[in-house]
Amino acid sequence: MAANAAATADTFPKLLIRNAQLFGSRPAMRHKDLGIWQTWTWAEVNDLVRAYAVGLHKLGVKRGETVAIVGANRPRLYWSVMAVQMLGAVPVPVYADAVADELAFVLSHAEVRFAAVEDQEQVDKIQSVKDRLPKLQEMFYDERRGLRDYDHSHLHPMEDIIAAGREALADPKVSAWLDAEIAAGKGSDPSIILYTSGTTGASKGVVLTGERSIKAASDTVAFDHLTEKDVALAYLPLAWVGDHYLNYAQGLVSGFCTACPENSDTAMADLREIGPTFYFAPPRTLELLLTRVMIRMEDAGYLKRKMFHYFIAIARKYGERILNRQPVPLLGRLQYWLGELLVYGPLKNVLGFSKVRVAYTAGEAVGPELFNFYRSIGLNLKQLYGQTEAFLYLTAQPDGEIYSDTVGRTFPNVDLRITPDGEVLFKSPGMFAGYFKDEAKTAEVMTEDGYVKTGDAGFFDEKTGHLKIIDRAKDVGKLNDGTLFPPKYIENKLKFYPNIREAVAYGDKRDFVAVMLNIDLTAVGSWAERNNVVYSSYQELAGHPLVYDMIERHVAEVNRSLAADKVMAGAQIKRFLILHKELDADDGELTRTQKVRRGFIADRYGPLIKALYDGSTEADIATEVTFEDGRKGMIKARVKIRDMQTAPAAGIMGKAA
Amino acid sequence: MRAPSGSDVAVGEVLLSVENVSLSFGGVKAVSDVSFNINKGEIRAIIGPNGAGKTSMLNIINGFYHPQQGRITFKGKTRSEMKPHEAAYGGIARTFQNVALFRGMTALDNIMAGRSLKMKSAFIWQLLRHGPAMREEVEHRQRVEEIIDFLKIQEIRRTPVGRLPYGLQKRVELGRALAMEPDLLLLDEPMAGMNIEEKEDMSRFILDVNEHYGTTIALIEHDMGVVMDLSDRVVVLDHGVKIADGTPDEVKANQAVIDAYLGVAH
Repeated sequence: MAANAAATADTFPKLLIRNAQLFGSRPAMRHKDLGIWQTWTWAEVNDLVRAYAVGLHKLGVKRGETVAIVGANRPRLYWSVMAVQMLGAVPVPVYADAVADELAFVLSHAEVRFAAVEDQEQVDKIQSVKDRLPKLQEMFYDERRGLRDYDHSHLHPMEDIIAAGREALADPKVSAWLDAEIAAGKGSDPSIILYTSGTTGASKGVVLTGERSIKAASDTVAFDHLTEKDVALAYLPLAWVGDHYLNYAQGLVSGFCTACPENSDTAMADLREIGPTFYFAPPRTLELLLTRVMIRMEDAGYLKRKMFHYFIAIARKYGERILNRQPVPLLGRLQYWLGELLVYGPLKNVLGFSKVRVAYTAGEAVGPELFNFYRSIGLNLKQLYGQTEAFLYLTAQPDGEIYSDTVGRTFPNVDLRITPDGEVLFKSPGMFAGYFKDEAKTAEVMTEDGYVKTGDAGFFDEKTGHLKIIDRAKDVGKLNDGTLFPPKYIENKLKFYPNIREAVAYGDKRDFVAVMLNIDLTAVGSWAERNNVVYSSYQELAGHPLVYDMIERHVAEVNRSLAADKVMAGAQIKRFLILHKELDADDGELTRTQKVRRGFIADRYGPLIKALYDGSTEADIATEVTFEDGRKGMIKARVKIRDMQTAPAAGIMGKAA
Repeated sequence: MRAPSGSDVAVGEVLLSVENVSLSFGGVKAVSDVSFNINKGEIRAIIGPNGAGKTSMLNIINGFYHPQQGRITFKGKTRSEMKPHEAAYGGIARTFQNVALFRGMTALDNIMAGRSLKMKSAFIWQLLRHGPAMREEVEHRQRVEEIIDFLKIQEIRRTPVGRLPYGLQKRVELGRALAMEPDLLLLDEPMAGMNIEEKEDMSRFILDVNEHYGTTIALIEHDMGVVMDLSDRVVVLDHGVKIADGTPDEVKANQAVIDAYLGVAH
């Protein structure tokens, strides 16, 4: 019902008015402040934002110009976005933890004259780069603390602006003027500019329009049956496209309530208190939660541990099927019901998931164990895939078709194409209008027939019809026989095993795929204890033949899983070795965010790579290492290399049968 | 924020002064004939080598120890000794060197405990959850939440303090002292056991308390950097005797102080 009404409103301010009329008394926004949850209804938000908009107009904000929004998820910052949009101006959110240089770049590129900021920290940051922002005139802030003694000639508390606007709104002429301004807003006007964090070059400002954003959000609201009764916790960065989409856009389209946590440290506790019905988390957060749960379980008493492991096993057997509404034997249902009472229910409660109807994750590959764990205890976790340029959703997994290694079916009204090189292209209802002030880059990323290049390589899985994303397109290489070689795809499959900490795959312009592995000391160490394997150092453990056997079994499994995909079957691992020392960011082998630097590693471990490809069964290597206090030393080792059997590709198997 | 007290002292005038105070424990002379004052609105540091008598001095001001000789003048009223409840009702709050919180209670409850002096309803009404007593509790809770917001400890408000790391315990204790809305805040080694980052945080809070709430602060501290940066005036004790009194720069250059800390060749 909400989605249909949304069809007539083509800008977010118009949606706000509609929500105030349809759901005036329902909660629109919550914020935990001073220990209690404060609530604002749609009617209250509408009044507040109208007052704020008039106040901003008095300050000098004009239609079509940009206004920066810098801060974390707080109601007044969301209302700043709404108020700016009411005037037909364009909000430009920036990450709260951006350093001054990044802020200076975005604010000067977007040519902002006004900035809505959260607190003293942001004010200080912007003032420190003021000389690079000649256009910046006025700043207004939400949190007063620490700003009492600052020069307020161009600095204002948001409260004052809203109060001034409220006063002016008492005049019916002003109220009518505002209504006219809102009505004058067109769906094709830019409604927000989101700067994507540039890992390749400088950030680009993605321009989205109201009409397209609302159309896209209406589709997903219908897909997940979101209504005004739903609740979501807004804890991921406000400047991130995901937050603008999942909380702001979907919230305005469906009328659901967005809750802002007290601060980032209390977010997990606030999640529990709010009990959202819709939830999004990046895979890393889910991993962290699960690890925390597992660690606490290890410390629990004997009875609880036994109960936990017993019922988790039950969940693994029946959970997924129950979630997908597939047939399950009666005994199984009873056991699961008991498990829900004793284990899954309380567990979900502690994590804050008791009321979640649909949960999404995206952004990185998700380990199958992790994914299945959450689904088996009854959390409807699904994957989606998208980009800022698409205004997020390109594919999503529908209920009932959930696999850990796909990102879902193409979304309704989205058009996906795959080039012969494997790059994914799209056309979608929410797609962007271009990069701000950068025609050249916009043209670069679009094809002649209007498709946008994602820069990701993927393919559609034959069996399920779902899209699988392999790697960044520019990282994908080719073996000498033409087989696609996606290093990260293979490395991720290996890293899903707790025993394997890091993996580096080589194969581009080579005859076959070979990998260098790091074992995880904690996991393999505890395996060694349980299997009476004696070792006195990481190097010894990494070189132990029994460890090699165990790792070989993992690699064989990965090969079998690769074989199941026709596209990947030729990229199975033919040889592997276990490195004698862990790859370390201090040695330059990993980036600070723990990503492998393949080129650097190839140089440093040249002798090993040569041995991998010339058939040797072992090789000597001496590497320089940097100790934590900066001193350097040499580590020498003789590393063994193992050959692998490759599994036959799935297609061939079928024929034989 | 605070109700006006009976004898309001203007900023810059003497809030508390001790004159010729001496304290002995049997044969041990902890404090010998020490006199100094604390002006309203200033941050006064009390420094000195270990065993100088600094904590004893604080305990005398607080009323835990009663000096054998000397007088204490607080807010214009002179006494030969301070009683703890006089100090508390008079607006003196303190923190302790080794953190004296109620370990099984949450941070929130500990800070609420600091409000007990301000509670007007009798205990029996609080027990029976009588209307006015409940309303008063809400007011107190709001004050406590403001302090929690000020000290940025929202995420631990419901954690039993025994489980908190040392630095956070000290912050909760500061919160409890602030809950009393004191005129004079005595801090006994607030930076003990903290790394640089934690010290900077605590320094910021101390400065904020002084600027934002206008609280006069007397602190005992060993970290010279902190003392020099934070305090308006410093008094130096050694073996129970005052050896210097003045601004941080004056005290730093004082030969007697340098000798006391670094030792003198014999």
